[in-house]
Amino acid sequence: MDKFSTHTGTALPLRRSNVDTDQIIPAVYLKRVTKTGFEDGLFAAWRNDPSFVLNQPQYAGASILVPGPDFGTGSSREHAVWALQNYGFKVVIGSRFADIFRGNSGKAGLVVGVVDQKIIEELWDFIEEHPSAPLTVDLVERQITAEGFQADFEIDYYTRWRLLEGLDDIGLTLRSADLIDQFEQTRPAFKPKTLPARVAS
Amino acid sequence: MGRTLSEKVWDDHVVRAAEGEPDLLYIDLHLVHEVTSPQAFDGLRQAGRPVRRPDLTLATEDHNTPTLNIDQPIADPVSRTQVQTLRNNAAEFGVRIHSLGDLDQGIVHIIGPQLGLTQPGLTVVCGDSHTATHGAFGAIAFGIGTSEVEHVLATQTLPQARPKTMAVNVHGELPVGVTAKDIVLALIAKVGTGGGQGYIVEYRGSTIEALSMEGRMTICNMSIEWGAKAGMMAPDETTFAYVKGRPHAPEGAEWDAAVEYWKTLRSDDDAVFDAEIDLDASQLSPFVTWGTNPGQGVPLAASVPDPETFADEADRTAAKKALEYMALTPGQKMRDINVDTVFLGSCTNGRIEDLRAAAEVIQGRQVADTVRMLVVPGSARVRLQAESEGLDIIFKEAGAEWRAAGCSMCLGMNPDQLAPGERAASTSNRNFEGRQGKGGRTHLVSPLVAAATAVTGHLSAPADL
Ligand code: SF4
Repeated sequence: MDKFSTHTGTALPLRRSNVDTDQIIPAVYLKRVTKTGFEDGLFAAWRNDPSFVLNQPQYAGASILVPGPDFGTGSSREHAVWALQNYGFKVVIGSRFADIFRGNSGKAGLVVGVVDQKIIEELWDFIEEHPSAPLTVDLVERQITAEGFQADFEIDYYTRWRLLEGLDDIGLTLRSADLIDQFEQTRPAFKPKTLPARVAS
Repeated sequence: MGRTLSEKVWDDHVVRAAEGEPDLLYIDLHLVHEVTSPQAFDGLRQAGRPVRRPDLTLATEDHNTPTLNIDQPIADPVSRTQVQTLRNNAAEFGVRIHSLGDLDQGIVHIIGPQLGLTQPGLTVVCGDSHTATHGAFGAIAFGIGTSEVEHVLATQTLPQARPKTMAVNVHGELPVGVTAKDIVLALIAKVGTGGGQGYIVEYRGSTIEALSMEGRMTICNMSIEWGAKAGMMAPDETTFAYVKGRPHAPEGAEWDAAVEYWKTLRSDDDAVFDAEIDLDASQLSPFVTWGTNPGQGVPLAASVPDPETFADEADRTAAKKALEYMALTPGQKMRDINVDTVFLGSCTNGRIEDLRAAAEVIQGRQVADTVRMLVVPGSARVRLQAESEGLDIIFKEAGAEWRAAGCSMCLGMNPDQLAPGERAASTSNRNFEGRQGKGGRTHLVSPLVAAATAVTGHLSAPADL
């Protein structure tokens, strides 16, 4: 995973709450076996509507998404994160996210920052007034800044550290392989195993 | 101070704990399906890593599979590739798989319990948000993303921050015609879709204790619909009786050792939860949704609410959007809403008890001319069991379609989908926009309401027949 420290880009205000992962990418788009090519399915149900914010020319090329509260609820599909990344988003700033979505983002390298809904409202107003104004998201300082705008965001300590260092979670865990071995020695014998397969009599 | 049920199970799985870091949890059972796993297996291949514990891993095909002509190759080539990819990965990495046509194929959350692999005190994960279903056995069970699937495949562990704890106390006797589904729909309507965020929830109280395992699974299944990390219930004699004798249940001395341990899995009397919610089950009635999230529900006897009466502005806006999508008007009686399709199935209500309950209502009656009813058993074995009881005949004679096992119309991915504008009464768990097919409209209901609705053609309870 690439290291992330700061990102500068324009932002897109998504004034909707409760955007679940079925809205971010509907199930029919989940058939691919790769992590790429999901951009077509992003917000698919709304994409045909010319007034949908993603279709508005002033926001073309935006890389920072600013949705309403409870973004990413519902299905655990990481395809939602890939679709956002495939489309070009590097950062999502919102006031409330579903746990699984936030977890998936952290693993896949999409930065998810949390701020108060009041700040989101201010940010929406700011972006709509200055759609081409670049915003800088600084993960080290946990700050979003633009000319005439500044706010702190929250991200959990561990995820931030991993993103800053660009660390692969699996590699990190495998450093504790001996602890996993030891733990396995203590597991009770009655715990179930899937193999060898047993069938109902 | 005492510990809660979830804290006990959690503590028993901590491989590594350090200040400022998430705990590293050991995973006892990892369930895998075709949609959220291909990229994870790919990651393993690229890094040259094996599956650490194939013997704690189980794969099945459910989301992207058809429920008709399952003896034929899957018609959609992209779906066929995805399913074939899982088969290839399972063969390459030594993972047990239950493919279409196999006796133990079915929805991932139905086959775990059915095989006796889901047991009290386990940690269970799956790349699917309804994994909380397994919490009904007193397991910590939660959905994960594909990166985490890869992590578990490679290490059999997962770094996890310890969630807060919540108790949902449900007391009182359920009125006739009111089911586990109605409890959980009423709960979500009360607390909202974000009410459980950050918590592992323990459902407890006399009402829960009186439920069958099927009913308990229905409730735990929908934990994610109000944002909870996981939902669980203390194992008791009902749980033990359900597990005993299943293919992977412990036997002999191991059974005794297991039960002795399982009996310790309850919240201590002096345990303190971070939050508690009370619900009086005796006041409940059949519950149905009117909107596009599972929290937008009312009793069947009520009317479509007026968004203007909502105090919270965000709720008001969401309700207006939902009514527009659902093509409903405030004040319209829920019972007056006509449906085109009734879907009986899914990991929420696709178990044998659900099919029996619906069959009892349907028996000797006819599905309305204006309605198509799909009955989709949650697993191949549920289907067989139902057929051995003659339930398939009851459904078919009533005019319903009897299908093969899978997720089917719960999500708009396989061939079973709603057409744009079509309206369904569905026993599944999500009424999101387009969830059951682009432009489709979903009302979440219990199996009893689904069956009665199929007969009348509009949202109904068995008492209306
Ligand atoms: S039945 Fe529905 S909710 Fe359950 S696993 Fe399948 S798609 Fe997910």
